[in-house]
Amino acid sequence: MTAQTQNALLAVRDLRTHFHTFAGTVKAVNGVSFEIGTGEIMGLVGESGGGKSVVGFSILGLIDSPGKIEGGQILLDGEDLVTAGEPRLRQIRGRDISMVFQDPMTSLNPLHTVGQQMDEVLRLHTDLDAAARREACVAMLESVGISRAADRLGAYPHQFSGGMRQRVVIAIALLAQPRLIIADEPTTALDVTIQSQILKLMRQQIAARGASMILITHDLAVVSEMADHITVLYCGKVVERGPTRALIAAPAHPYTRGLIDSIPDPSNRHPRLRQIPGMVPDIRNLPPGCAFRARCPRAQALCAVEEPPLRALNAARSAACHYPLQPGEPA
Amino acid sequence: MSAAVPILEVRDLKMHFSVGGSVLDRIAFGKGGIRLETPVVHAVNGVSFAINRGEIMALVGESGCGKSTVAKTIARIHKPTEGEIRVDGEDIAQYGFAKMLPVRSRMQMIFQDPYASLNPRQKVRDIVAEPLLQQTRTAAERKGVPARIEQLLAKVGLSVEHGGRYPHQFSGGQRQRIGIARALSVMPDLIIADEPVSALDVSIQAQILNLMMDLRDEFGLAYLFISHDLSVVHHIADTVGVMYLGFLVETAPRDALFSRPRHPYTRALLSAAPSIKERRAEDEISLGGEVPSALSLPSGCCFRTRCPLAWERCARERPRLADVGGGQKVACHLVDEPERDTA
Amino acid sequence: MSSFVQSEFFHNYTRSTSAILGSALMVGFVLAVTAGPFLVSQNPYDIAGLNLMDSYKPPFWMDGGDARFLLGTDGQGRDVWASILYGARISLFIGLVAMVASCVIGTFLGLVAGFYGGIIDSVIMRIADIQLSFPSILIALFLMSAVGTGVDKVLIALTAVGWVVYARTVRGTTLSEIKKEYVQAAKVAGLPNAKIIRKHVLPNVMTPLIVIATIQVGTFVLIEASLSFLGVGVPITQPSLGLLIKNGFDVLFSGLWWTSVFPGLAIMALVFGINLFGDFLRDELNPRLK
Repeated sequence: MTAQTQNALLAVRDLRTHFHTFAGTVKAVNGVSFEIGTGEIMGLVGESGGGKSVVGFSILGLIDSPGKIEGGQILLDGEDLVTAGEPRLRQIRGRDISMVFQDPMTSLNPLHTVGQQMDEVLRLHTDLDAAARREACVAMLESVGISRAADRLGAYPHQFSGGMRQRVVIAIALLAQPRLIIADEPTTALDVTIQSQILKLMRQQIAARGASMILITHDLAVVSEMADHITVLYCGKVVERGPTRALIAAPAHPYTRGLIDSIPDPSNRHPRLRQIPGMVPDIRNLPPGCAFRARCPRAQALCAVEEPPLRALNAARSAACHYPLQPGEPA
Repeated sequence: MSAAVPILEVRDLKMHFSVGGSVLDRIAFGKGGIRLETPVVHAVNGVSFAINRGEIMALVGESGCGKSTVAKTIARIHKPTEGEIRVDGEDIAQYGFAKMLPVRSRMQMIFQDPYASLNPRQKVRDIVAEPLLQQTRTAAERKGVPARIEQLLAKVGLSVEHGGRYPHQFSGGQRQRIGIARALSVMPDLIIADEPVSALDVSIQAQILNLMMDLRDEFGLAYLFISHDLSVVHHIADTVGVMYLGFLVETAPRDALFSRPRHPYTRALLSAAPSIKERRAEDEISLGGEVPSALSLPSGCCFRTRCPLAWERCARERPRLADVGGGQKVACHLVDEPERDTA
Repeated sequence: MSSFVQSEFFHNYTRSTSAILGSALMVGFVLAVTAGPFLVSQNPYDIAGLNLMDSYKPPFWMDGGDARFLLGTDGQGRDVWASILYGARISLFIGLVAMVASCVIGTFLGLVAGFYGGIIDSVIMRIADIQLSFPSILIALFLMSAVGTGVDKVLIALTAVGWVVYARTVRGTTLSEIKKEYVQAAKVAGLPNAKIIRKHVLPNVMTPLIVIATIQVGTFVLIEASLSFLGVGVPITQPSLGLLIKNGFDVLFSGLWWTSVFPGLAIMALVFGINLFGDFLRDELNPRLK
């Protein structure tokens, strides 16, 4: 663990982001910790209400009222972004950390050409002259697979198809050579053949540039093809984390296990899918103990009393469960 | 004898929508002066298939392939441009409102969006009762409705007191259960399910799929199951049809389709689907380009603009759905010229 | 009721000074026009109760003021305060009735246009477009000069002007609502179109109308006042606030300002209150602003 801590690009420690609404305080992120090394892709997985998108917005300092980061640290190369202040965050956004959103139509400004939007990033974050900036934009569009890139700089977002638009968004995200890219459901709005193009592109570009990525998604299949590490969120907390293959092959937390079992598996022709019973509890008033207990087949008396902390299972993996599954153990 | 008649048979179904709005919007100034233009979206271009009683047929494809339009046309939300829709042998394609009403007790629909498919201002029990109330004629029949609603709610895993609440008080999975109860209320033989689980979280998705399978076993329901998710389709379907740009390009029994896909598009679709299994990176077929516009279809084969194997015949001649044995049908010229199939 | 008190709407209301002020003005006016005539001793339109000796008395705090006439009197010896209470009653009645009529007609036309589309839609909406391209006061003036004056004629003119905004709003929301799956589900359930419109579409297009209707009462009070001021509105026997201003206007520059200034302030307070509350409703009911 210490070796990882030393070369971690981003370390999130005990992050708590709460939303104070009329109906009560929503503890969307409630004590989340993880680390990402340079060149690493980390998948942040969970169902709706798990708090995964809020983690992404918190890292970028994009939490608006009624939301507030109530505690914790977000260390980028040792610098705490929680206390950094808006002017510093503006420098960091786009240059050190950039973001790819789910809906490419809303993350591009419909009134400006693609070229203008790309140029703006370079003007803000580099000191290149106009010609050099244009050259960089063309090269970047070509590298994300947009043909006739020089002509397309003058096109508006609506002149691109959904998949092409997401390529443009990725191009913009990569322009300033960021060290970390946060991709929030980047392919959820896309068709499966386009999705595979975009995933492949992101994998290549990340590897070529040595950047790191947080891939936020509900789709375990996507994450398992992309990520080196997976962090699973449930009700604003990390319930399990570990290297992708090991975690998928032998999940330790019953929730992770339930998620994996819920995916129809062509090689396993059970007439019934194994389902997680019940539904995600209201995070405005969570019961004491483990948040997953009411849906958990392994829950015992202890789970209702004491909230399980995230405990290391071995050098690489940890889970927040009093009775974690052993490898090979049936659910 | 009636067992031989499929519960649903669709023959050469076509659904074209004219888009253009008012007369003023359609005026075009061309070379020959002023003329009126009527752009037409070719959403469905001659689709044929059949579903037997108790069978689950899935239609898969990407957005814009026309699968949802097929579903909504069969449910007669739209009136088809051309073709036959035979429910239990009876062609309902051109039926008016009054003749459709009894058909609606045999065929119901489950919708995609659990938030938009329930009227936010209706109580759950009124939502569930709605199709049933259209079928009741006498006061005595109507008296039985509340008891029936209670049974239905229990059947889909909700309780009686849920009936008095409004949709916003429920989660996405529970709303989808309400939608299923509504479809079940008239005891249909066929349920058209338009992406019923794609808006749900994966753990909830499994609950709903299990419920749909249980209901099929209990009531002998047939489903037309629309989905873009191949793992879901592989789990639930007996027969699978693959659609592209309004055409049915391949249809086959589930195992045949997943183990021996014949159409290049089916192969690409199967290979593009992400999986939690470790993947052998080499066997991935990557499709370039994007789906052409349904406003102007390509000549010949609909898939040729993206097909890695297309040759000049594909631009010239539109392939017809041909039987290749074992219940598998493919619309591809490779069937005639297998030596070109290098993949 | 307790659930309303606990709702977010009520919570925000109790924290919005402008909403409270606006609704207080509105409630004040409604109380004044219903109870008011019983509180003043004089019926300004009962000629027997008038005394020409009392004409043009200034408000009570000025020299020559009379404690019986708080805000002074007009040329016939009518109490201005009593005239305002009676006049506001007519103004408010016209505003409310014309609003309801516009809302019913406009909503119906908007539903039909949006649901059926095609030729029906084109015809209704082109009429609405033509109507919107004229200033509403001009249309009302034309109509009034054609059909004559009177409270009922004012109502017709205001309704002819007012339906358009409902029709356009309802058509827009109808177009977006009928694309939603619950409307398709109603079709699959076998409901006839009229029932789908009534049970499913109508309840879901009403919310934005609450705001429009509130603000429109204020607009109508103003238009009616303008019409009456121009002499084509209500008859002299049923003077609204606008007619009071007109009557006083003739002598305004002789220093007898109170006969028109006080009715003018009354209109201002009423419309101001309506608009304040309408703005609050707009913020609360529009999910996009949340």
